[in-house]
Amino acid sequence: MQYVDEFRDPTLAKALVAQIEKTLADVPDALKPLQVMEVCGGHTHTLFKYGILQLLPDDIEFVHGPGCPVCVLPKSRLDQCIAIAEQPETIFCTFGDAMRVPGSKGSLLDARARGCDVRMVYSPMDALELAQKHPDKQVVFFALGFETTMPATAMTVQQAQRLGLTNFKIFCQHITIMPTLTALLNQDDVRIDGFLLPGHLSMIIGTKPYQPLVDDFAKPCVVTGFEPLDMLQALLMLLVQFKERRCEIENQYSRVVADDGNPNALKAMAEVYSRKQQSEWRGLGVIEGSGIALSDAYAAFDAEAYFQPQQVSACDPEGSRCGDVLSGRCKPTDCPLFGKPCSPQNAIGALMVSSEGACAAYYHYRTVPTGEGQ
Amino acid sequence: MTDPVTERVTLAHGSGGQSMQKLIDELFMRHFKNDTLCQQEDQARLPLKALAEMGGELAFSTDSFVIDPIEFPGGDIGKLAVYGTANDVAMSGAKPLYLSCGFILEEGLELATLARIVVSMANAANEAGIQIVTGDTKVVPKGAADKVFINTSGIGVIPPGIQWGAKQIQPGDRIIISGTLGDHGATILNLREGLGLDGTMRSDCQHLYPLVEALRPIAGVRALRDATRGGVNAVLHEFAKSSGCGFQIDEAALPVTPEVRGICELLGLEAVNFANEGKLVAVVAEQAAEAALSALRKLPGGTSAALMGDVNSSGQVTIKNTFGGSRWLDLPTSEPMPRIC
Repeated sequence: MQYVDEFRDPTLAKALVAQIEKTLADVPDALKPLQVMEVCGGHTHTLFKYGILQLLPDDIEFVHGPGCPVCVLPKSRLDQCIAIAEQPETIFCTFGDAMRVPGSKGSLLDARARGCDVRMVYSPMDALELAQKHPDKQVVFFALGFETTMPATAMTVQQAQRLGLTNFKIFCQHITIMPTLTALLNQDDVRIDGFLLPGHLSMIIGTKPYQPLVDDFAKPCVVTGFEPLDMLQALLMLLVQFKERRCEIENQYSRVVADDGNPNALKAMAEVYSRKQQSEWRGLGVIEGSGIALSDAYAAFDAEAYFQPQQVSACDPEGSRCGDVLSGRCKPTDCPLFGKPCSPQNAIGALMVSSEGACAAYYHYRTVPTGEGQ
Repeated sequence: MTDPVTERVTLAHGSGGQSMQKLIDELFMRHFKNDTLCQQEDQARLPLKALAEMGGELAFSTDSFVIDPIEFPGGDIGKLAVYGTANDVAMSGAKPLYLSCGFILEEGLELATLARIVVSMANAANEAGIQIVTGDTKVVPKGAADKVFINTSGIGVIPPGIQWGAKQIQPGDRIIISGTLGDHGATILNLREGLGLDGTMRSDCQHLYPLVEALRPIAGVRALRDATRGGVNAVLHEFAKSSGCGFQIDEAALPVTPEVRGICELLGLEAVNFANEGKLVAVVAEQAAEAALSALRKLPGGTSAALMGDVNSSGQVTIKNTFGGSRWLDLPTSEPMPRIC
C-alpha cells in the first residue's frame, strides 16, 4: 500500500537500527540508559506492534507518555458522561474507544445496555447529523482529545451555529498537552532525557509551542510520525542531538507537520475555545491550565451548562499505579494489578482500556520469549 | 400477491390464518420448491438409505443470521443464511444437502424486501445443489426484532475415510487461508457505520464446498474451519484449544485487499479479527501443503489462497511481524472499537 509500506521496510529498519547503535556509542555514558518519552499513545502502539523495543539496544528506554486522551480521562468525568446519557430524550455520542472506559458506575457500554441511547460515532459531524435527524432530542457529542481532535469539534460547533441548531451540545473534555509536559518535568523524581513529540497533534499546532521544553528544561525534542521507520529515524535524530550536545525542536514528520501548524484549524479553535483554569487527568491529578472549554460565543452549545451534571470526585482505583506509569516512574508490569485482576477483559485503570494505553499495549503485544512459538 | 412494493409484513402474516398461508404459498413454496418441501407435512422426510450410501456419518449444523444491513455488496442476509450454515456443514468434508429455514420477521418489513431475500436464498441453494426442505415463519411486533432474522440448520453426509478435525492437528503442520482476509467484515462495517468509503469492497459471501471437494482427495488434510465471526484469529484460538498445539502466522504472508487494508489502517483495526463469509482456514501436513494450495488456487473461490503459518507445540497463537519479532495474538475482548486519532 502506497505511503504505508515504504515506511515499514524491514531492510531500512535494520539499517536505521545499526545507525542508532553506532550513534549511541558516542552519547556520553552519564546519560545512559537514555530515557525517551514518546508522548503520544499512537507511538506507544507502533513501538509494540512492530516489536521495535526488541530491536533497540538496552541503553534506550521508553517512557510511555500521557498523550492518550482516553487513558487520562478521569473517572469523575466519565460519571458525568453517564449522568448526561441517562437524561430522557438524550442521545449521547462518543468515539469508540471511550465506550469501554470504566467509571464508578460502569462504562458507557454498560449505560447503553441499561437502555441509555449511547452511540458510537466516527466524527463530530456524525453527531451533528443525528441532531438534525432528531430535532425532538438533545444530541450530545463527547468531545475528547488533544489538539488533534479539537479542530473537528470546533468546526462542527460553528456549523451547528450556522444551522441554528438548538438541540446539539458538546460535552467538552478537550485537553492541551504542553501544561502537562511541563508539569511532569517540574516533578522531582521524573527522569526524561528527551521527547518524541506527537505527529498529528503537531500537524495542528506546529512545532513552535514546544519551545519551552528546550528553553526552560533543556530537553532535545523530535516531532515524530507514526510508522516504524518514522520512529526509528526520529530516535536517531534525537541521539545525534545528544551526541552533538545540541538541544532543539526538530521535525522528522515534515511531510505532514508545518512549523506554523494548520492556520485554518488554529483560527477555528481560537474562536470556539477558551482555556479553563485547570483540568483533572487520570493518574496525574489536577493540572493548571490544561483544560479547554467552549468560549462565551459558543456557550449555547455547552452540555455542561445545559445539563449541569453533578461535580463528583472519584478516586483512581486503590493499589493501581496508573499515575506512576504515565509519568514514567514505573513500567506497566511493575503495577501489582497488571494482568490480574487488571486486563483488557476487566480493565481497572484506563491505561488498560484504550488500545493506545501503555498497559493495553504491554498486554496485547507481549512478546514471545525466544524459543517459544518458533 | 397484490402490489408487493407498498405491502408490508403484518402480524397477520404470522397468525396461522389466511395471510400466513398466502405468504407461504406465494413466496416460500414458490421459490424454495422441491419434492420434499411440497409434501407440506410438519416435518421433512429424508431418504435414509440414499444418505447411508454416501457415507457413515451425518454432519449437522445450525446458525442464526441477524446482520445489519440486510442487503450489502456481495450478498444479503438470505444468501448468508444458506451459505453460512452450508459452509459449517462442509468443513467436515461433507457435501451440504438439506437446509431448514426459520424466519423471524419484524412487523412492517416491506414484502418486496422479503421477496428479494427469499429469491436470493433460493438462488444460493440452487447453485449449491442444496434443498430447503422445512421451514417456519414468525412475525413479531415492530421493534421486537430488526427487520428479519433467519435461522438455518443443515445436513450433509461425510464421505467414508474423511476424519478431519482439530484433534488431528500436529506440530509441523502448515496453515493455509483460502483467500483474502476480512472482506465481509470491512464491507459491513463501512455500511453499518456509514463510513462512506467508496471503492470495490464486497462481502466474500460464497459457498465453500467446491474448495472442500478439491481438498478431499489430498492425503494429510487435518482440519478445516470457516473463518466467520472473530475472523482467522478466532479460528486459530479454537484450533489451539482443541489440539493443544501452537499456531504462528506470518503477518507478511496474510492476503488482504488494498481496500480492507485501507479500512484497517484508517481505524486502527486488524484484518485477522474481521469476519469472513467465504474463507476457510485449512491445516494440512507439511507434505500436503503444496498440493492443497494448488488445488485451492485453481478454483474461483480460492485464487488468492496462501500459506500463512505453521503449527508448533507452544499451545499459543502468535504472529510474526515484518520486522522479525513475534507476539501473542490475543482474542479481542469485545467488538472492535476504532481509535480516536
